[in-house]
Amino acid sequence: MLQTFVQNILNALQWGSFYSLIALGYTLVYGVLLLINFAHGDVVMVGAYIAFFIASLLLGHYSFFPHALPGGVALVLTIILTMILTAAVGVSLERIAYRPLRRKGAHRLYVVITALMCGLILENGNLALLGASRKKFPEMVDKVVYNLGPISVTNLKIAVILAALLVFILLQFIVTRTKIGMAMRAISYDKFAVPLMGIPIDTVIVFTFILGSSMAGLAGILFALSYPILDPYMGLSIGWKAFIAAVVGGIGDIRGAFAGGFILGFVEIMVVAFFPSSYRDLFSFTILLLILTIRPTGLFGVPKTTKI
Amino acid sequence: MTVLKITALTQYFSGLCALDNFNVELRAGELVGLIGPNGAGKTTVFNLVSGFYRPTSGEINFLGRSLVGLKPHQVTIHGVARTFQNIRLWNEMTVMDNIRLAHHGNLQYNLRDLFFRTRRYAEREKEIYQRAWHLLEVFNLADHAEEKPKNLPYGMQRKVEIVRALSSEPKLLLLDEPAAGLTSKDTVELIELIKWIHRHFETTIWMIEHQMKVVMSLCSRITVIDFGKTIAEGTPEEIRNHPEVIRAYLGDDQI
Amino acid sequence: MKQKLAVPVLLFALLAVVMTLVQFEVIDLYIQTIILFIGINIIISSSLNLVNGHMGEFSCGHAGFIAVGAYVSSVLSVALFAQDRIFGAPLLPPQYTVYAFPVILVIGGLAAAFAGLLVALPSFRTRGDYLAIITIAANYIIITVIINIDKIGGARGFMGMKRVVFAMEDTAAIPWMVLWVFLFTILSIIAIRRFVSSTYGKGIIAIQQDEVAAEIMSVNTNKMKLIAFMLSSGLAGIAGGLYAHVIGYVNPKSFDILKSTEALVMVYLGGMGSITGSILSAVLFTLLLELLRPLQIIKWIVIPLLLIILMQFRPEGIMGNRELVDIFPKLKKFYRFK
Repeated sequence: MLQTFVQNILNALQWGSFYSLIALGYTLVYGVLLLINFAHGDVVMVGAYIAFFIASLLLGHYSFFPHALPGGVALVLTIILTMILTAAVGVSLERIAYRPLRRKGAHRLYVVITALMCGLILENGNLALLGASRKKFPEMVDKVVYNLGPISVTNLKIAVILAALLVFILLQFIVTRTKIGMAMRAISYDKFAVPLMGIPIDTVIVFTFILGSSMAGLAGILFALSYPILDPYMGLSIGWKAFIAAVVGGIGDIRGAFAGGFILGFVEIMVVAFFPSSYRDLFSFTILLLILTIRPTGLFGVPKTTKI
Repeated sequence: MTVLKITALTQYFSGLCALDNFNVELRAGELVGLIGPNGAGKTTVFNLVSGFYRPTSGEINFLGRSLVGLKPHQVTIHGVARTFQNIRLWNEMTVMDNIRLAHHGNLQYNLRDLFFRTRRYAEREKEIYQRAWHLLEVFNLADHAEEKPKNLPYGMQRKVEIVRALSSEPKLLLLDEPAAGLTSKDTVELIELIKWIHRHFETTIWMIEHQMKVVMSLCSRITVIDFGKTIAEGTPEEIRNHPEVIRAYLGDDQI
Repeated sequence: MKQKLAVPVLLFALLAVVMTLVQFEVIDLYIQTIILFIGINIIISSSLNLVNGHMGEFSCGHAGFIAVGAYVSSVLSVALFAQDRIFGAPLLPPQYTVYAFPVILVIGGLAAAFAGLLVALPSFRTRGDYLAIITIAANYIIITVIINIDKIGGARGFMGMKRVVFAMEDTAAIPWMVLWVFLFTILSIIAIRRFVSSTYGKGIIAIQQDEVAAEIMSVNTNKMKLIAFMLSSGLAGIAGGLYAHVIGYVNPKSFDILKSTEALVMVYLGGMGSITGSILSAVLFTLLLELLRPLQIIKWIVIPLLLIILMQFRPEGIMGNRELVDIFPKLKKFYRFK
């Protein structure tokens, strides 16, 4: 009993890590631009595919580069390259689709709709390019199972959880302690005063997208390593859910993204542990709604007081 | 007759005392001022009266009825209308619609009338339209009835906001810094406008104002608050020479 | 006075023409379905526009309400008028179908309105993006609930509505669905138009522009939000009922977030707070979807791309927040926007 419970907690931490890493991208962009970047879930999917191609390349699966690198080296390279390329995808979205609209002073929600459309393009573009067949992610490192008494844990699971924690500490540091992090928070408070202070607003926004999208890339590769079947719609549901997690935590707050992500992970794993899996969404969303009803601004959100 | 009687009104914002034991009594037909330095808690008083905050303690009695715990729209229906320091008109609606909507709390028709366009609906809508039109004519705004407020000069936006408040036929009109941001010419006009409203409408007026010229020339009585505490009360003459008021506005070392 | 009748006469003529064409099979079933979809999409986009455009909230789960209406009315009509595996023999004789059908649709609408009520309650305390999340979650919840009710087919879907339509056609051999879709589309538009043009309904526009000012000018903002949400979701439910009976088959998958996205696209394409914009965009969008059908999967790249490009040129949608008469004042002669 206890042993399944602990096992479930580990699974929940792993799921929570995925959600947190993705929720982070929503929260960062929202915190700075007040934009719900609905394409973010699909950026994660793109990240997973990029990782797939890079990993296949480095492992020598393509005939034009028949030099297989050792697994560990390939993994590190794959992670770095994937994060860079996914960040490039995120920044391109911002440059091509969002920024011109912002410049034209379009209503905020039109930018949100544009984000939705970008997501559709990424999904279906992938489907059109690569076909409907699913891709099997190559195994990059040997699976090691550690047995701690009755509880068994894989190296991958530990890596995922550690990665999420590391990212949390890093981002919390960037946002609260560095100059550019301060600029990010400043924009979210008053985006008209910020350029007057000599802060290059576009640079900060691009930096935000780089952070958010590279984390999406990381989430994509970790997800692909854990669940090695890729399909173009994989980012859809996990993306929406991560967004909900970000809101439950209090959108715009990094601690909130992690808290929300882990809560969602726990709820989902625990529901599946006790009920048929078709009830998963029902329970998790109901619980999240309850949290939002009690704390409408999320766990870490501060209610915006309108000055009357 | 007493219109508004506030006793021992106190408001804390998470430990910060914004208003401490505030008392005031307004009689029908009076034009009273509320002044004080920035952050003294003047707008807090108005927000408490109009129902945006629920007071920590104290009583707000309006025409024999307590306003504590009512929602802003209920307060308005009871006969208290107000304006805001930063003009809050509905900028994408026409001036006419802005004025018309002040009747929202007193439409006297239901959804059935609305969807089936019954005679009651038609009559009420016509009546509301005519009243709004009448008000706009009285205030020389009829030419701008179909314009959007955001396209009007600032002084005129102020005027529209005051007319909107008046059009709900209030027994008490709260004006929150009506002269803020106006040019000196507009301010002179505003003083005349408020005098005119005071003479022609059966409403008691309570105003917050920073510009001494405006308060002194309009109000019969003035309350001064500073850091949430009432420091003086009296006629403009008394206030002008009150040592506490001078200290609050000019600082200690000036004396 | 005569000119004011122009629009009703025109609409009646349109209905007569379409019904005749369908009756004598001049247009085939495919084109007929597209025409019906246009009507249904008009209801969907203009009803969502009420909340997202006129009231300025951000509801992302419209498909959930469509699903409620579709399922409630389908189950009712099949149980009452069709031989079904689960519900058994029809409870009422088929000649009542014609009279009962609009009632069933309205009941579906009421059920959806009730679901809208539940979603509206949190909107008292939250606005904008937080509401977005609540509606998305509501959409997911509704879909999962349907999937988990095995009696109505669960994930496999629910069918049998064609038999109800046949029952109507047995009573009188006219294209009933064309009539119903037309009727309910017109009624929905009239209801929305009457609502937002009244002083009462303008309360929601006041909420959109300045909620604090709305509250202080005696608008009961909570009640207005409730009413607008219920009206919007109720009409969506009616659209759902019509959709279910036109297709003859419903599946929880057809009411997922993608469907909500389509509704959102139509609203913002037409322009927030413009009824004529919503109608126009519903027509355009439905036609576009069908015209691009041969592209198959490429369709879902081309359409978003077109929309993105369109938004770069018209970042306020086709109509902005104006109505057709604001752009062509001469049209005022023909109909009053009241």
